[in-house]
Amino acid sequence: MDNILSVLVFFPAIAGLLGFVVDKESARAYGITVAAMEFLLSLWLWFSFDASNAGMQFVEMIPLIPDFGVSYYVGVDGISLFIIIMATLMTLIGMMSMSITTNIKNMIVTLLFLEMTMVGVFVALDAIIFYLFWELSLVPMLYIIGAWGGPLRVYASIKFFLYTFTGSLVMLVGMLFVAFIYHNLTGVWSFAITDWYALVLPVSYQLWLFAAFFIGFAIKVPMFPFHTWLPYAHGQAPTIGSVILAAVLLKMGTYGFVRFSLPMFPDASVLMITPIATISIIMIIYTAMVAYAQKDMKQVIAYSSVSHMGIIMLGIFAMNAEGIGGSVFQMLSHGIVSGALFMLVGVIYDRRHTKLMSEFGGLASVMPKYAVIFGIMLMASVGLPLTIGFVGEFLVLLGFYNVSPIMTLLAGTSIIIGAIYMLAVYKKSFFGPVTNEANKTLKDLNAKETWSLIPLVLIVVWLGIYPKPVLEPIDNSVKAMLAFMDEKAITPEAKEMIKVAKSTKEVK
Amino acid sequence: MLQPINVSLESLNLITLAPMLLAIAGGLIILVLDLINNKLHKSLYVMLTMLILVVDLGAVLGLNVNERGFFDVMLIDGISIISQLMIIVGSIIFTPLALTSKRFHEYSYPEFFALFLFMVAGFQFMVTSDNLILIFVGIETASLALYTLIALHNRANSYEAAVKYFTMGALAAGFYAMGSAVIYGLTGSIELYKVAEVMATRLNEAGLMIAILGASVLLMTAFAFKLSLFPFHTWAPDVYEGASAPLAGYMSVVPKIAAFVVSVRIFGMYIDLGIEWVRDIILVLSVLTMTLANIMALVQEDVKRMLAYSSISHAGFIMAALALDTTEGTTAIFLYYALFMFTNLGAFSMLWISRHKQRRFNQRFDHPYEKFAGFIHIMPVGAVIMGLFMLSLAGVPPFSVFWGKIYVMQAAVNSGFIWLALVMGANSAISAYYYLKLIVYMFLKEPVQDVDTVYYNLSKPLMAVIGMATVATIGAIFYVQPLISYLHYMISASGY
Repeated sequence: MDNILSVLVFFPAIAGLLGFVVDKESARAYGITVAAMEFLLSLWLWFSFDASNAGMQFVEMIPLIPDFGVSYYVGVDGISLFIIIMATLMTLIGMMSMSITTNIKNMIVTLLFLEMTMVGVFVALDAIIFYLFWELSLVPMLYIIGAWGGPLRVYASIKFFLYTFTGSLVMLVGMLFVAFIYHNLTGVWSFAITDWYALVLPVSYQLWLFAAFFIGFAIKVPMFPFHTWLPYAHGQAPTIGSVILAAVLLKMGTYGFVRFSLPMFPDASVLMITPIATISIIMIIYTAMVAYAQKDMKQVIAYSSVSHMGIIMLGIFAMNAEGIGGSVFQMLSHGIVSGALFMLVGVIYDRRHTKLMSEFGGLASVMPKYAVIFGIMLMASVGLPLTIGFVGEFLVLLGFYNVSPIMTLLAGTSIIIGAIYMLAVYKKSFFGPVTNEANKTLKDLNAKETWSLIPLVLIVVWLGIYPKPVLEPIDNSVKAMLAFMDEKAITPEAKEMIKVAKSTKEVK
Repeated sequence: MLQPINVSLESLNLITLAPMLLAIAGGLIILVLDLINNKLHKSLYVMLTMLILVVDLGAVLGLNVNERGFFDVMLIDGISIISQLMIIVGSIIFTPLALTSKRFHEYSYPEFFALFLFMVAGFQFMVTSDNLILIFVGIETASLALYTLIALHNRANSYEAAVKYFTMGALAAGFYAMGSAVIYGLTGSIELYKVAEVMATRLNEAGLMIAILGASVLLMTAFAFKLSLFPFHTWAPDVYEGASAPLAGYMSVVPKIAAFVVSVRIFGMYIDLGIEWVRDIILVLSVLTMTLANIMALVQEDVKRMLAYSSISHAGFIMAALALDTTEGTTAIFLYYALFMFTNLGAFSMLWISRHKQRRFNQRFDHPYEKFAGFIHIMPVGAVIMGLFMLSLAGVPPFSVFWGKIYVMQAAVNSGFIWLALVMGANSAISAYYYLKLIVYMFLKEPVQDVDTVYYNLSKPLMAVIGMATVATIGAIFYVQPLISYLHYMISASGY
């Protein structure tokens, strides 16, 4: 199937439309079936994907507005392939474990539309199509947070929407300017990213455009100091909202850096390494400390999310294959681990309707299965070797060591601080005697919860021990991108930076 | 001895007058029908009006580009044809909104439809001439008919709206007349192409600039009133509130298209002559309009007033494209309005179906936000459609207004006004808040308990109009290409 990407994008949308007709009682089964089919389709994409080909595959191009250069242009490479699979997987698992019962049909339809936009962002190769899905993804999320969230849900959802919307409009102006330059140089209008890659821009232009795209992406990541919407969104969102938000929506920002900023503005990216690395390290350390100070379990995970996104950003701006490849891998691992952690918090919230750690204690003796799975995910989040979290974090730090050993050392503290706050959560909630009467009668994981969490545990262990099948395609595409950036860079510093990175790789 | 004036019928090129004459004749037919039998139902008049407009549309489509006629006062160029098409299409969408399930006062009079057709003819005169006097005649015909249409709604605040609009309109007409007089005094001509020729030769004369400044400021004021630009926008929210919802939607689109055409002719001429401060004034006005109207819209408690401020803001947005004075900029004006028309008329129609005869929710407002609380539970399809219109107005892709917005922004970027594109982006972000406010009420709040029905006024024709507007809003991505290429072709053919 050559047009599998279109199928992947539009299948959930059509299913969502048809979902309006499905009866309320059966909506949930319908949603899970559709999500499972979508996941199988994405697995099919993986199996028919040619891992040795570093370029774009399954490319489709249909001109939509030729006078304006907009076309429906999609494709997938090693970088986006696994994020797509992760997105479909997390939607499926999120839906399976969902405990919401009110307005379930609206929720299923919304999730299916959200799935379309998520897949759309990662397959789009046309800037306008990318922007289209990017903006459209805000709407279902706004509804999920606003309709099923906590007491401050309306405030949180509007904050989420306006923050991202504002940032992306600046990015849109940047896109329009790139298209204008492209038109000036070639006489043709085009928004195709692959066409834009060919543009060699003067450094001053690159810096301005980098800044415009940076605002759009950084708010989404979210980078310090634009991260303030995230704790609200997570704090108020229902479990399924947090799972999708942390697992997939945040990745759109980091993916944007890899897809747009780096290859389009290599010189500006190299010039911006130090400032962005500084922000990333602030993110890593500061939010980790904030996480430690939280009393609410979900907030701890929300802040740890920001901290881990800092690691991903650092890796992207290492400008070498280990760093960027590690970052892409870390996107997957963070998606799976933080998604699972949010689901686990959701499990306890469904039972006790509170997420405060002081309410718990000694859960390990009451809910042994739950404690085991929580423990595994927690270790993965901290980055224990042989779990998925270790691979990405290690590669990122290894990559960034070439850039600056001191900064790498600072970033490495994240593992230590991460271990501190995560183990503190574990100690406060799971160990010790059961002090609270209400906790004595808690039921352990039921079948639904167990079977949605076990696949994630298996993936965490599998990719922790043997990440090669995933890392190889990522690595191929990343190397191709770096070689291209090296060719394209105009300033000697950038050439040096990217070249040095390449040569160290070859020595090994 | 006086020479007898010999004019051959051939040279008059009367076909250029055909579209307006059709509309006027149609209005007269409606009046005559009423004389013969005054018991006819409004649905007859609605259908007749639509048929006449369809014939009118056909007549416009049959015109050749770049012709003059009727002693050379009529000018059929590209922008006159596309603007006439848009005016007629907007009117065709508007007409069936009279067929509500509840009886409203104004539609029981056939005069309403006659006046409506005269107004359409007036707009058509406005856009098909570069003669300042004929433009004036067009403006006045259309405006006087429009004032009456507003007042026919027969409520206290409709009279207020009509009188307010009339007073403001008369003032604007006065400014227009004075501005034209100054131009005539400067150049001895009232035909814009001759004015441009004369001005071009006299631009370097000392002391002339004051007069040119005077004329342009007077004309600018007149059109700022018509286009509801800051600081001449204050009438707009009250008038929109007083008028019936469909008429308010109509006023936010069609008269503005006509006024924009004239503005393109007049101010485009100034900018072409190299008088840069006209461009600067337009830019300042447009930035102030979009920003301040947006900020005002944030604090409104009534959806209709919010939409009124939002359409002021959209007008400011488009005004910026006028300042660019490039083919792309002019294309952007028409593209934006073509896309905005469906969405905005759709949104106002949604207000129309929820219109009650008495104010049940609030003493002051017809459509307070609370009225739409929990709309998703009462009428899911309606809520989703209204939500789509709001997202489209906010500029969320892939809905229609988004394409207009990026085309305007791209035109701004192409002319080197990157700051303008950024201001537009910032304004879109501000505007998202008040559109979201309605979405929040509709989707995220509980319904107000003691409501029987919100969709009080719904009928099949209204559903058809709203359905069409929805399809046009969602499917914009598929027709933007032919629209752009047609508009671009017509506009570049007439040299703008």
